[in-house]
Formats: sequence, structure tokens, C-alpha cells
Amino acid sequence: MANELQLFPESASIGAAGVDANYLYILGVSVFFAVGISLAIFYFALRYRRKSPGEIPKPIHGSLALELTWTIIPFLLAMSMFVGGTVVFFRNYHAPANAMELFIVGKQWMWKIQHPNGVREINEMHVPLNRPVKLIMTTEDVIHSYFIPAFRIKRDVVPGQYTTMWFQANKVGKYHLFCAEYCGTQHSGMIGWVHVMEEADYEAWLSGSIRGETMQQAGERLFNRLGCATCHKADNSGRGPTLVDVFGRAVKLQGGTAVVADEAYIRESVLKPASKIVSGYAVEMPTFQGQISEEGLLQVISYIKSLSKSVQAADAPASEAPAGKKGGN
Amino acid sequence: MSSQALEQSSAHPANPNFQHQYEDLQQQYSSTTFGMWVFLVQEILFFGSLFCAYAVYRSMYPEAYSAASHHLNVALGTFNTVVLIGSSLTMALAVRCAQLGRNKGVFGYLLATFMLGNVFLGVKVVEYSDKFKHHLVPGPNFAMGGPYNEQAQIYFSMYFAMTGLHALHMIIGAGLLIFFMWKAYNNTYSTDFYGPIENMGLYWHFVDIVWIFLFPMLYLIH
Amino acid sequence: MSATLTHPVDQVPMPENQGESYLTKGKGVMSWLLTKDHKRIALLYLMSITAMSLLGGFFAALIRLELITPGGDLLSAESYNKAFTMHGVIMVFFVLIPATPAVLGNFLLPIMIGARDLALPRINLLSWYIFIIGAAFTLYSMISGGVDTGWTFYTPYSSTYANSAVITAALGAFISGFSSILTGLNFIVTVHKMRAPGLTWFRLPLFVWGNYATALVQILGTPVVAMTILLVAMERLFGFSFFNPNTGGDPILFQHMFWFYSHPAVYLMILPAMGVISELVTCFSRKRVFGYSFIALSSVAIAVFGFLVWGHHLFVSGQSVYGGMVFSVLTFIVAIPSAVKVFNWTATLYKGSISYEAPMLYAFGFFGLFLIGGLTGLFCANVAVDVHIHDTYFIVAHFHYIMVGGAIMGYLGGMHFWWPKITGRMYPETAGRISAIFVFLGFNLTFFPQFLAGYLGMPRRYHAYPEEFQIWNIMSSAGAVVLAIGYTLPMIYFTWSIFAGKKAPANPWGAKGLEWTIPSPPPMENFETIPVVTEEAYAYAPEEDEEHEVNHHV
Repeated sequence: MANELQLFPESASIGAAGVDANYLYILGVSVFFAVGISLAIFYFALRYRRKSPGEIPKPIHGSLALELTWTIIPFLLAMSMFVGGTVVFFRNYHAPANAMELFIVGKQWMWKIQHPNGVREINEMHVPLNRPVKLIMTTEDVIHSYFIPAFRIKRDVVPGQYTTMWFQANKVGKYHLFCAEYCGTQHSGMIGWVHVMEEADYEAWLSGSIRGETMQQAGERLFNRLGCATCHKADNSGRGPTLVDVFGRAVKLQGGTAVVADEAYIRESVLKPASKIVSGYAVEMPTFQGQISEEGLLQVISYIKSLSKSVQAADAPASEAPAGKKGGN
Repeated sequence: MSSQALEQSSAHPANPNFQHQYEDLQQQYSSTTFGMWVFLVQEILFFGSLFCAYAVYRSMYPEAYSAASHHLNVALGTFNTVVLIGSSLTMALAVRCAQLGRNKGVFGYLLATFMLGNVFLGVKVVEYSDKFKHHLVPGPNFAMGGPYNEQAQIYFSMYFAMTGLHALHMIIGAGLLIFFMWKAYNNTYSTDFYGPIENMGLYWHFVDIVWIFLFPMLYLIH
Repeated sequence: MSATLTHPVDQVPMPENQGESYLTKGKGVMSWLLTKDHKRIALLYLMSITAMSLLGGFFAALIRLELITPGGDLLSAESYNKAFTMHGVIMVFFVLIPATPAVLGNFLLPIMIGARDLALPRINLLSWYIFIIGAAFTLYSMISGGVDTGWTFYTPYSSTYANSAVITAALGAFISGFSSILTGLNFIVTVHKMRAPGLTWFRLPLFVWGNYATALVQILGTPVVAMTILLVAMERLFGFSFFNPNTGGDPILFQHMFWFYSHPAVYLMILPAMGVISELVTCFSRKRVFGYSFIALSSVAIAVFGFLVWGHHLFVSGQSVYGGMVFSVLTFIVAIPSAVKVFNWTATLYKGSISYEAPMLYAFGFFGLFLIGGLTGLFCANVAVDVHIHDTYFIVAHFHYIMVGGAIMGYLGGMHFWWPKITGRMYPETAGRISAIFVFLGFNLTFFPQFLAGYLGMPRRYHAYPEEFQIWNIMSSAGAVVLAIGYTLPMIYFTWSIFAGKKAPANPWGAKGLEWTIPSPPPMENFETIPVVTEEAYAYAPEEDEEHEVNHHV
């Protein structure tokens, strides 16, 4: 395969077909117009070449009918491309509720991947076949971009924010993983592989990998070690609000506003506690900036999620929020 | 033929300030004035991008903005606003004198404008040094304290960028004022040539108006 | 009257003693460095832009050499990153943006509208000096270690992490922006205030319309990017925080502000080139342009809509999904006026009298490259496809087709067309045709394979890459050799022609337009007497025109 002249990338996810369909549709329209116009130009150039040095062709001022035709037809074609692209984009954007979650942290110049059960990988990502997988991603330093060409997906990871994307692989194999956003000296070395495995192989791989604690457990340990548990008590008797059943719910803030407790909200509350104060509580919590890594944060979030019963059922809306909130800027 | 000779208006105006590329002083006047307005459009977008960034962060961190803006000296800001409005008045009077061809008046009012501009800049120096003293300059030494210490750095970065850029415009304006004072001293302006002073006025008023926006945005809204 | 075209050269009355040519009036270096004449300033720009393009081309050569092999063995990763950054910064800010307006526009705009000079000649000279200062900053950043942020200066890499001469490079771009702003300001004032009697807006040559639309973008867009880049420099210089995530700053805001200008900047490069093409097509078809007002107004439409599409650079950067949708539809809409232009140019050829001098071959080449560049823009406007091709070689190929293929084809076509007017000498015709063909073939060989590599997934700005992309990169590098020959040839024979070229008559092409009514090279003051314009642009067949006029107005 590798040695032959490849014109089309491998396709290994259910989302890829829609992208390719759009690509081929636009390609078809483009080729039609490119060939048509080129032929017209060639034909005119030859047919109406100058035959005598003195000839003066009759002037043609223009034609409103023609102008309208070649404005409206391309416009309609363009709109059809817009609709086609947007439909696929929306479908490829919203992860299904039952998607399994992986956590990605970019760092100059490597990708760190955490599985919920605690397995960690660097520059390699193992995923099961035919299961929706949602990636929750951030970065420790500059902007990177998580790009898997075979799945036709890509999303920037932005410092201070969580971005998400999802896919459902439908072909076993080993696929490229690239960093697509320029991130410094070893940008082109920030690459790796995505391994799509049969469900059974995946389970075997998971259990075979060296595994300490799950992300939840690691998060719980951090939660206790950093002293969070002394204030955020389960029975709401502490100085801070309880975190049981908080994730995915609306939280009332001082000043009357409310915010949905999602990954971005928890991250902000840990690093910049003062920016959103829960109604009825004082500004007491110190910042944990510098005391907790991006990976640790994801573990704590994972733990707080596990405290919330509703999460397993309806996970989807929460992770859209960070993108939506910041995007308006 | 696409063109034919127009009877040449070879009688170019005798005014020494007339530039050869124009047909007459009227065209020169309307071109330079129009040019100044286009320049101000450019300036609006130049400042506009800062206003835009200010607004974005204000909506993201209203509390931090509020907390940080309490560290500005409203009294000095008000004083400066009055000074600047006063300088706009003297500038307008200078333009009036130029239109009437009174070069002495132009000189005097430009001098007054220049002095008021310097008062403004002097007060700005006091304010800036105050910020340095209280560790309110963003960077490693920033120490506003309180819960919004980090985000307040954005506020003060905006503060220094916006007022700094405004002050830079004032300094350039002051330099131009000296140039035009020298011109007025040499009796350059007359009833048929006063465009440069008008354009100087447009620039000066524009810089004032920027301050009229900056003052409430930075000092007053909490 | 109709005999005009039989012997165009003799027909133009050439009054004796029409004033000394601008090239010889005033001698010595200082008469050039302190000139306020728009024609001389155009030549100053021509020389500085050519020098910068050689430097930018040198970095392009380094990039293409490096990419012949997948391993990244010629340059270190750091040097490679600096090479593509310098290539981008120099080519975008110091070649593509100024090329057509500052050289051809500067030279021709006043003449085309029947004026003695631009409205503000001193500002014009000032803008060249600002350009030189900006270039000096950029060159200083190059020799003081180079910059490795990419020409886009994305934060927080540029503001916090990059360990190279970002400040000087950013200031260079910032300063050159003001050169561009002042040129635009001058053009706007000149077109509004300096038109000859009878030259109404809809009689203006389309090159003037193109430059006018460009000037609008320069005035409305450049200040924003200038400020944005200045904020990055301040962040590095003083430790301020504007886009620093550690203090709550939003690096994505930088991208919004950057692309608010930098997307329109693409139109800033292509609009004047489109203006050139309109001139070439009518002249070498000897026929009025088809749909004059549609071509003229589509330039303005592109300039206006160009400001509403910046968000399509942020489809994958965490912008909201609805933001993506809105920017996608606006981007599709901005494609329409460009399509209208292409259709009108094609229709202009219909029943024309077409000849194939070098400028026309460049125009044909422009059609080919602009068609591919424009149509591939549709792929990028489609959100679903763009998510895949964003930051891959597909994008690299797409924007080179527009910004380089289209813009430089137009620029070179215009240089050939007006070279006789500028220098008073003819370039060697055969060499001109050969170079046009080399550029067209070389360009396609260089950049078409990059579309394929891009859709296959090869990311841009990669120093080393997986082996399966090598074949496309070898083609691309081979094409770059052909392209380099095509771009170098004109420099050689243009230079040669200054000394040994045939003397050019006032109107070698039998073209319409005021610039062809004055001697080649023009006298210092352009026009002895300011002309009065009595007819529309491109009236190659005057009597027919009048008839049509009657029908038109009844």
C-alpha cells in the first residue's frame, strides 16, 4: 500500500464517509467548472485569434441575463455545498451520550493519553472498534492540534480550555496521529499512532497493560491529598459546597447567574477559585495553580464526575460548553 | 481620442504653499482634508481593536475589572479630562484664527493647546509612577492582591496599552503643534490657506475623543 | 478614428519637447531618495520588493530542498522552522501585499486618472521609507538569530514560549503595515479628488477600481493586525498579559484579531492583480470588457465581504459550532463575486480579436491558477472538509495558488504590459512568452501535488514527515526548480532591456487608457495639460460605442 501512488487517504471511521462525500461533490463541481471555463477560454482564444492587425471587433457591453445566471447558479451550488458540509459537521461534532471518554494532554512535544481505568500512553492511542470514543483534550503549554487523518477529524487543544471531539472507528488498523498546529521546534516530531482493535483484543490489551489505579481513584487520592475533602464534604457540612451530584447540573452563583458544572467550570474553580463563587459561600478557597498538573486536573474531574449519578446518563451537553463559551470571543 | 487638451489653467495660484500636483488651492484643501478623515478612519480601527479586546475581557471577567478599576485615581482622571477638553477649545480657537488669517492668534492658541497637552502628560506620568509604586504594572512584580490578582493583570495591561497609545498620540500631537507654531510664527496662514491647521485640529480633537471614551471605560465603570 | 488601431504607434500624437522624461530629469542618488514623484517612488518600491522577493525565494528554496527527503536531514528542525517563518513574513508583508499596488498602482494610478501625481506625494515617499524601516527590522531579526513562530505569530507560542527574535520581526511587520496604510490612504484620496474632468467613476479603468478596493482593505484592516502584533510584542517586551492563558487571557482572541486583517489581506494581494488582468484581457482582445460594472463592483463586494469571513481560519480552534456555520456560509458567499469576474473575463474573449503577447499569456496563466485556487477555496469553506484539511498541505497549496499564483501572475503580466511605459524600452517578446509558460507549468508542478499530499493528511510546517508523502514532495521540489527559472528569467531580460531593449513607442499595444496617450517613459509631470475624458473605458470601437450608448440610454 505504502509504495503505490496513493491518491485518497485511508478511511477508518464512520464520520469519514460524510467528509469524503462532501469532498467528492465539491471536486465534481470544481472539475466541471474548471474544465468548462478552460475549454471556453481555449476555444475563444483560438477561434477569435487576431487575423489581421487592423481588425476591431464589435464591442459587447454585457448582458444582465447572463450576469444573473452566473451569479445565481454558482450561488445555489455554493449553498448546497454549505448545507452538505454543515450537516456532516454537526453530526461529527456532537458525541453520542454513550461514548467512552479518553483524556488527552498535549505538551511540547508529545501527546499524553489517559484511559479512564488508569492506563496511560504516550503518542499511542489504543481504541476499540465500533465504539464511540470521545476525547477531552487540553494542553500544558502552547496550542497543539490533535489530528487523525484516517478519521478526518482534527481539533486544536488550547491552553486553559477543554476541547472535545469524537469518532467511532470502523476498521482495525494502525493510523497516523499528527500535531497539526505549529507548536515549536519539534512540531513534526509530535506524532504517533492510533491503534484500532477488535473489542476483545482491546480488552486484552487493557488488562495486559500495566495499570495502577483508575483515573477516578487517582482523582480521589489527589482530592484527599490536596485537602479538597476537608471543605467539600459529601454531606454538605463543610465550608465549601458539596460536590456530590454537582457535575452536569446548573450551579447558582453569586450575583444571581448560573453555570452548568462542566469540565471547564471545575478546572476554573480549582485554578481560579474566585472567578465564580457559588451562591451562599465566601471567597475562601486558595488557588491550586502550580500544585496540580493538567493530568491531575483531569483525574480530579473524573472523580467529581463519578460522584454524580446523572453523569453516566447524560454526559453530552457538559463538554460542549467550554467550546461554546470561549468561542464567542 | 480618449482625451483632448483642456485649456491649460497655467495660472497656478501664487501661494507659496500651493503644491504642483493640484489644479488649484481648493482641490488641495479638499484633498488634504479628505486625507485626514481617511487617516482618522484608520485610527478608529487602530484603537478599535483595543476597545474590542477590552470589551471581550470585560465580559469574561467583570469582577476582576471592577476590582482593578478601583485602583485608578478618579480625581486625576477627571482633572485630565477637563484639561483635555480645555485644550480642544484652544485648538478650535486656533483653527478659527487660521481661517481668518491671524497668525499671531494661531501661534498663541497653539501654544496654549501645547501647554495643556503637557499638563495632561505630566499628570499621566504621576499616575503611571503611582502604578509602579503600588505594583500594579503587569508582569512578575504585579501584586494587586485579592482574589482577582491574575485577571487584574489583563485589566492593567489594557490600561497601559490604551492610555499609553493615547499618550503616544498626544506626544506626536505635541510635536506637530511645535511645527505648526513655527509655521504660524512665519505668517504661513491666510484666508485662502489654513488647511493644515484644520487638519491638526481634526487630529487633536480625535485624540481628545478617544480619551472621552477611555476615561469612563477605565476609571468610572466599576 | 478607426485607423487608430491599424497603426497605433503613429497615431498617438507625440508633441515635441513634451518635457523631459521622469527618468532623466533630476540626476544623482539624492534626486531619487528625496523624490516626490510617484513614478520614481514606484521604481524605488520595485527595487526593494524585488530584493525582498529574492530573499523570500531563497528561504523557499531551502524549504523545498529540505522536503525532498522525509528524514529532515538538510536543516535542523529549528533552522527549518526559521526558514519557513522568514519565507512567510518576507513574502506576505514585503512582497505580496505591496507588489502590485506599490509598484504598478503607484506608477499608473495618477496617470490613469489624468493627474500629475498622487494627491499626497510626500506621504507617498514617507510610506516607502516606512517600508524600508520595516524591512530593516525584519532583516535584523533574521541576522540576530531568526524567528520561529510562523508568519502567523500565534499566541501563546509567540508571546511566551518561542525562544527567538520575535519582537523585532513583529515590529517589522507592524511598521510595514503603516507603509501599506499610507499607500491605501493616498490612493483613496487620489481617486476621489484627482480625477480628470469627465472621468466619472464608471469610466475608470478597472485597474483603478481594483486598487481602490485594495485601498479600502488597507485602511480598514491593517490597523487591526498592526495593533494585534504590537500587543504580542508588548507581551514579550514588558510581560504584559493580553493573550496569556496563565492570567486568564484567551489565545483564541489573538487568532480572531489576527485573521480579521489577515484574511482580507489575501484579497489585498489578489484585487489589484485582478485589476491588471481586466486591463490585459481587454487590450489583447481589443474589446470593451464584458460587464464593466459587474467587474468593478465585484471588487468592492470582495473587499467588503472579505471582512466577514475571518472565522473560517478557526473552524477547529474551539470556536462555537454555530460560529463555524456562520463563517462557512459567508465564505461561500465571498466566492461568488470572484466567480462573476472569471465569467466576465471569459465572455470578454468572445468575438474578440485575440493576440498572444507575453502579458496575455500571463493573463491566461492567471485564469488557470486562479480557477484552481478559487475552486479549492470551496473545499476550505465547507466546514466538514476543512476540519480534515485545515493546517495540511491542502491549505498551503490553496493559498499559494491565490496569493502567489494569482497575484504574481497578475503582477508579472502587468510588469510586461507596462514595462515599455515605465522604462521606454521593449522587453524581448520571445523570452517573455517562455517565462510565462515556465511560471505556469512550474507553479502547477510545485503546488498541485500539495493538494494531494494535504488531503492524504500531511500537516504543514513539518520538518520531517512520514515516507508515504515523499513522492508528492519530490514532485513539488522539482516543480520549484522550473518555477524558479520562470521567475528569474524576467529579472534577467528586464534588466537587459533597460540597456539594450528596443525603444518603446508611446502605445506599443494599441491600448486604450490615458497612460498610453503620453510618451514612454512619461515626463515628470505626466500631462502637459490635464486631459478631458469624453468616453468610457476600453472604447476600442468608438462609433459602435456611440450607437450602443444611444440604445442604452433610450
